[in-house]
Amino acid sequence: MLKLFLIGIKDLKLIFRDRAALIFMLLAPFLLTIGMGFVTGRFSGNSNGLSNIPVLIVNLDQEQLGNALADVFASEDLADLIEPTASSDPETARRLIDEDKAAAAIIIPAGFTSSIIPVEGTTFSQNNVQPEPVKIEVYANPTRPTSAGVVKAIVDEFVSRVEEGRTRGMTSIMQLMQAGLLSPQNAQSEARKLFENVQQTESTAITLKTNKEGAAAIQFDILAYMAPGMALLFLMYTVSHGGRSILAERSQGTLPRLLISPTSTAQVLGGKVLGIFLTGVSQVGILILASSVFFGVKWGDTLGLVILILAAVFGATGWGMLVTALARTPAQIGSTGSALMLIFGILGGSFINLDQMPAYVRTLSKITPNAWGLDGFTTLALGGRLPNLMQPITALLIMGSVLFGIAVLLFNRNGIMQK
Amino acid sequence: MPSILEVQNLAKNYGDFKAVKGISFDIKEGEIFSLLGPNGAGKTTTISMLSTLYTPTSGDATIGGHSITKDPMAVKQIIGVVPQEIALYEDLTARENLIFWGQMYGLSGKPLTSRVDEVLEQIGLTDKAKNRVKTYSGGMKRRVNIGVGLLHKPRLLFMDEPTVGIDPQSRRAILDTVKDLNKQGMTLLYTTHYMEEAQELSDRVGIIDHGDLIALGTQKELTQQVGETETLILHIGENDDAEALAKSLDDVKDILKASASDHEVSVVAHEAEEVLASVVTKANERGVRIRSIDIREPNLEAVFLHLTGRALRD
Repeated sequence: MLKLFLIGIKDLKLIFRDRAALIFMLLAPFLLTIGMGFVTGRFSGNSNGLSNIPVLIVNLDQEQLGNALADVFASEDLADLIEPTASSDPETARRLIDEDKAAAAIIIPAGFTSSIIPVEGTTFSQNNVQPEPVKIEVYANPTRPTSAGVVKAIVDEFVSRVEEGRTRGMTSIMQLMQAGLLSPQNAQSEARKLFENVQQTESTAITLKTNKEGAAAIQFDILAYMAPGMALLFLMYTVSHGGRSILAERSQGTLPRLLISPTSTAQVLGGKVLGIFLTGVSQVGILILASSVFFGVKWGDTLGLVILILAAVFGATGWGMLVTALARTPAQIGSTGSALMLIFGILGGSFINLDQMPAYVRTLSKITPNAWGLDGFTTLALGGRLPNLMQPITALLIMGSVLFGIAVLLFNRNGIMQK
Repeated sequence: MPSILEVQNLAKNYGDFKAVKGISFDIKEGEIFSLLGPNGAGKTTTISMLSTLYTPTSGDATIGGHSITKDPMAVKQIIGVVPQEIALYEDLTARENLIFWGQMYGLSGKPLTSRVDEVLEQIGLTDKAKNRVKTYSGGMKRRVNIGVGLLHKPRLLFMDEPTVGIDPQSRRAILDTVKDLNKQGMTLLYTTHYMEEAQELSDRVGIIDHGDLIALGTQKELTQQVGETETLILHIGENDDAEALAKSLDDVKDILKASASDHEVSVVAHEAEEVLASVVTKANERGVRIRSIDIREPNLEAVFLHLTGRALRD
């Protein structure tokens, strides 16, 4: 096991001494991120990169809170970002999402408001337990993860503020009643007043941040998409370059020398794969860190970010190993790796947001680590946490495992690591 | 002396091509054994099988009592290998290379550091140890390449043509290193296509050609195979027919054997000077221009010529 790590660390050391590789791994994606930032107006503060996200709103509640949520989506603050359309039938709205006509449908069920704001005639007592609020449904279009993520983040923000207000109000009423300052008969009317105040504040609480100090929580920075997009694009270069090093070591004699030493074939192959993985993690980690330090991009949940990076690099390493197993010479890996880098970059949304691509491209994009990685990074940038990343992380881990398994079979068949 | 290496009918085929054809030999503890043969004779394939890199098609060998096919990990602990090609990480320094390879042989901590220092001293690169290998001359790289093979103090060291492509000074240094290692008690298997190296270094020599071990023994035993003969080498003009001249010399009195290769004719006789006049006369008769003449006393080159009819460098 120790030898496996020693081989991996040796490869990491070697790659960081290779100037040409460093230019491709770090400088090129960093410069491209800056370029994309200028093109999209990020540095002039003119753009958040996403606009006119089509959203269907089915307001079956038609009470204060349901209307407030509908108003949030129709507000001036979100006018550039969201293009809301009212609908009356949940099934029709879901069908339209399935047909890729919009990014998400927000279904506000009947009784949403009354499940939160006490209806007239309710008598409060200290043993009175309010039922759980009726849940709002966000029916997301899985092929438009970024846009759907934005919509979901706005709804989550709204709901969490309503929930916060509800809990705060309930606690205050109960404390007043316990202190004898409020009679059960008056509690209901006081509670309504409190919740109505909450509802009035919610309509202005959800805003699209445009780099104004003190603005509220929903924000989407285009660099939070561009920076990982470029990092994932050039990650494909790194993993194919790493795979290339296996064949290069064979031709320069160091691989046979390793196999002559008391080191098993599994340790040698495992060490090489670990070297590729560590290099990829370092590359993406450095680029993400640089985007935070130089551009102020907020990445949200650190644990989620770290695990997502590990999963994305694992998925990409699987592709790197597969390319290596299929190639005969280092040059073949170089050319195949470059082609794969560009194809996955286009297909996986590194250049153009997948939400603007045809449905079949979005489906095809699922074979790329870029698409899953970007899905995860976007979720994080929109305030998501580790539990929200389970789908992309699982997909990336499955991708890496399957591809690595195929690569090992091909290695054995082609005798790359054989004596 | 007990044998540290015993090879039994070792063979390696690549499809229909037989690279090594069932060779057998042994190496005694503490000796330098040379495998002498031209390029493509099967020397590197033999070393690759003995060092467990290639799996033999048939046959086996034991090193220190361990079979190369059944117990390769035990074999790997006993042997050191200096490959023909320089197998180093050029972007690492000499010290970093030695540390990495030492770790691959299970060394660590202080024993590793002090062993690396010893080896750097031994190969004369202590002062340049912190320079990256890619900045070194060919000779210096060769020395590091050898140093890697010595790190774990192997009982048996395989050196596969370690002097190919280097300057005479570095070559001399490597040959001296080989002798020093042997004096310190290390057993060596040395492959070369340079007859002089085999002659200078070896206690015993195996001559290999086209995958066959065609002769085996001490230098004295091998030269006796040629008999008490000398070889006259005629270097002739480019347009002259060496084959025809050799054929015409076959019947001349006191000439034991005549053979041709490229622009040379080799004539074997008990006393070269006795047949010199006849050879020159024959050449003149056929209009062959003699550019120079060498007389060679029995040596490994003569043995190879005697056994194959070809010079080692062909």
